[in-house]
Amino acid sequence: MSALAVQFLNGLASASALFLVACGLSIIFGVSRIVNFAHGSFYMLGAYLAWTFTRGLGWVGYGPLGFWGGILAAALIVGLIGVLIELVLLRRIYQAPELFQLLATFGVVLVVQDVTMAIWGAQDLLGPRAPGLRGAIDVMGQRFPQYDALLILIGPVVLGLLWLLFNRTRWGTLVRAATADREMVAALGVDQRKLFTSVFFLGTFLAALGGGLQLPREPVQLHMDMAIIADAFVVVVVGGMGSVGGAYLAALLIAQLQAFMLLVPDFEIAGLTISIAKMTLIPSFLVMAVVLIARPYGLLGKAPSHARTQASVEPVVRVTPPLLAKFGFATVAALILLPLIADEYGLMVATEILIFVLMAASLHFMMGPGGMASFGHAAYFGLGAYGAALAAKHFDAPMEAGLVAGPVLATLGGILFGWFCVRLSGVYLAMLTLAFAQIVWSIAFQWVAVTGGDNGVLGVWPSIGKTGFFYLSLALAVVGVLLLRRAIYSPFGYALRGARDSALRADAIGIDVKRVQWTAFAIAASFAGLAGALFAYFKGSVFPTYAAIPKSVDALMMVLLGGVQTISGPLVGAAVYMGLHEQLVRATELWRLVLGIAIIALVLAFPQGIAGFAAKRWAKEDGA
Amino acid sequence: MLRVDGLHTYYGRAHILADVSLDAAKGEIVVLLGRNGAGKSTTLKSIMGLVPAAQGAIRFLDRDIAGAPPHEIARLGLGYVPEDRRIFTELTVMENLEVGRQPARDDAPVWTIEKLFAIFPNLAEMRNRPGGKMSGGEQQMLTIARTLMGNPRAILLDEPSEGLAPVIVEQMARTIKALKAEGLTVVLSEQNLHFATMVADRAYIVEKGRIRYSGTMAALAADEAIRLQYLSV
Repeated sequence: MSALAVQFLNGLASASALFLVACGLSIIFGVSRIVNFAHGSFYMLGAYLAWTFTRGLGWVGYGPLGFWGGILAAALIVGLIGVLIELVLLRRIYQAPELFQLLATFGVVLVVQDVTMAIWGAQDLLGPRAPGLRGAIDVMGQRFPQYDALLILIGPVVLGLLWLLFNRTRWGTLVRAATADREMVAALGVDQRKLFTSVFFLGTFLAALGGGLQLPREPVQLHMDMAIIADAFVVVVVGGMGSVGGAYLAALLIAQLQAFMLLVPDFEIAGLTISIAKMTLIPSFLVMAVVLIARPYGLLGKAPSHARTQASVEPVVRVTPPLLAKFGFATVAALILLPLIADEYGLMVATEILIFVLMAASLHFMMGPGGMASFGHAAYFGLGAYGAALAAKHFDAPMEAGLVAGPVLATLGGILFGWFCVRLSGVYLAMLTLAFAQIVWSIAFQWVAVTGGDNGVLGVWPSIGKTGFFYLSLALAVVGVLLLRRAIYSPFGYALRGARDSALRADAIGIDVKRVQWTAFAIAASFAGLAGALFAYFKGSVFPTYAAIPKSVDALMMVLLGGVQTISGPLVGAAVYMGLHEQLVRATELWRLVLGIAIIALVLAFPQGIAGFAAKRWAKEDGA
Repeated sequence: MLRVDGLHTYYGRAHILADVSLDAAKGEIVVLLGRNGAGKSTTLKSIMGLVPAAQGAIRFLDRDIAGAPPHEIARLGLGYVPEDRRIFTELTVMENLEVGRQPARDDAPVWTIEKLFAIFPNLAEMRNRPGGKMSGGEQQMLTIARTLMGNPRAILLDEPSEGLAPVIVEQMARTIKALKAEGLTVVLSEQNLHFATMVADRAYIVEKGRIRYSGTMAALAADEAIRLQYLSV
């Protein structure tokens, strides 16, 4: 009984920290409609800066600002960094498609990671304990840290202050109005830009405050950003995007479940040890699944009003121009001859590019014709890789069977996750795909008994040589791309594009929109799975990173570099991106920094993607 | 006060407005008449900067406002009342009014909450009601009151009588006359000739994105051929 009480209090304390971060994310999204990937980076920066202010500068004790002053100063500085990023970067891309915004903020994530490492080093840093709160209080005979008791209070206090801010000040009224209808607010004489900047300040300030307040609870380290952003996204999706109250409710629900999951003992099913206690993202998943079945837009969220959003006119996917088709044939022919001229390294690079062409094509299929942006395509790539690797490891399956098992597992994942995802649309759908991908990652990472956890699954070697494997990859990539292309021009593809352009009208002429999108989701997942399975044999091993956020971003970059609405785009994008990535990682230690800056620059320069840009030039010359 | 010269507006490749020119003097009520889809709303949105004007000059108080962002245009004292009301449904009546509030101007009528409630007595009785829980007529009153909170010199009124019950339409006509009495310049768009005749001094007829007729309301009332050609359904 007393153990339950302490777990309940632990849950409350965690909920406070989670709430601070998630509500900042939610507020920023509510007004600017930007899904800010960099939010976790601000959380991490808040923690690092607070560490510096409270003990890192060699002061005796807490330094001149004291413990609380240090945390507050850190949060303020990070808030100002947020303002700077809003002014320099986000302000230029508010009108861009949401995926470009997401990519740009991911560019910020990469830059912050390398800058943080350069300033504070890769080692974990231990923060100071809070003054006067080093002890524990007695809860039914068990000890509970005083600091955690304070955290329990901070959550509701911040919630109350935010409520006052949003409901009792002119600023808050304007923000709520802008959340509903930005254009109307502007027409009434309110400068939205200042409003956005101030909201961004508040959001980043709260994230950094959340990070700083973690100092006495856990060491400061470089993986804090990605760890918190997944949790925060789940909280925001469950609570309802843009809803502060919803964020608190969801944080409470998820933190409590996570706390109580720790008490569930390990058990065995069919000889496999299942440790619920170690799978901290599973409760998040359960909550999210249940909530989204009942309320697709979250506990306190509302369906976005589509009336206000001007329908973007997607260009028709054109029939391949003869010149491009010839170029395609020539490329394939050249690739067939490649092993005659290329050395082993060149062959391996080519194989890897082919695998990612397949991955990019599968993502393009659901994003372009399907109109469903996926932030978490790595889930299916990862499932494919693990499907193949686990079949090989646990059942001694030959490569042929592994190449079937991978896509099958990915397809099953696509069917399961897709069922939830197609209930939403736009950025809501994208957030959900990301949350599901994090769940796949966490299972791979945390279910050590089956997946080997961080150590991965090793020794998944192909049964053919490097040249053979190159031809296998080439064959599967060409067949895969042609099949996907065939699907786009089939009646199914037309139905899919109809559903994308106007779900309402498609519905009215008898297209079962959800079913069509669900099918497309599963198809995309299965081809991503095939790419993942190939990749497993290519690398000879499988790691949780295959299903992690950066892999999803890689895929997005390839599609967006190439342009979403051209079929050849993702193919070009995959080749260019993989080539650059390869060179970059070889050339510099600071490849994240360079890649991040490159991503940001590309988003700012080519909001249509490279192939999209070329196609536009092409069309202009045609018209002239 | 407001002068538009040779305005062209496109939605994508579709040419919506072609060479639209119009003007409104201080204290005047000018109506844009035309059928559904003629380009009336687009004209008002282009003036307000909500839809980019591809070509043409828009002058307000001798300042060129073509290409300026909407909030700057609003702050110069040009109010905009949208066709579909666009009330903030989650906000109360008082909060909706607060969003519209701007500082008073020397050369424009000054509106206070009390003064607005005198013109729109219904609103006074539902200060704390969320905008989403009001009737269409009440929302129409609120959207005008909200724009007046900015103490504008002139307002653009997009189809104020649309979708309102006949008794409310008459109330709306009285309201617009009251605004004129305060010295406000009004440019409104209308499909309802009867309503326009009640309130306007001058009329422009818009069809397929072009101005086809311009004249006083009295002249239009006398010209049956024009009315039949452009306005009969």
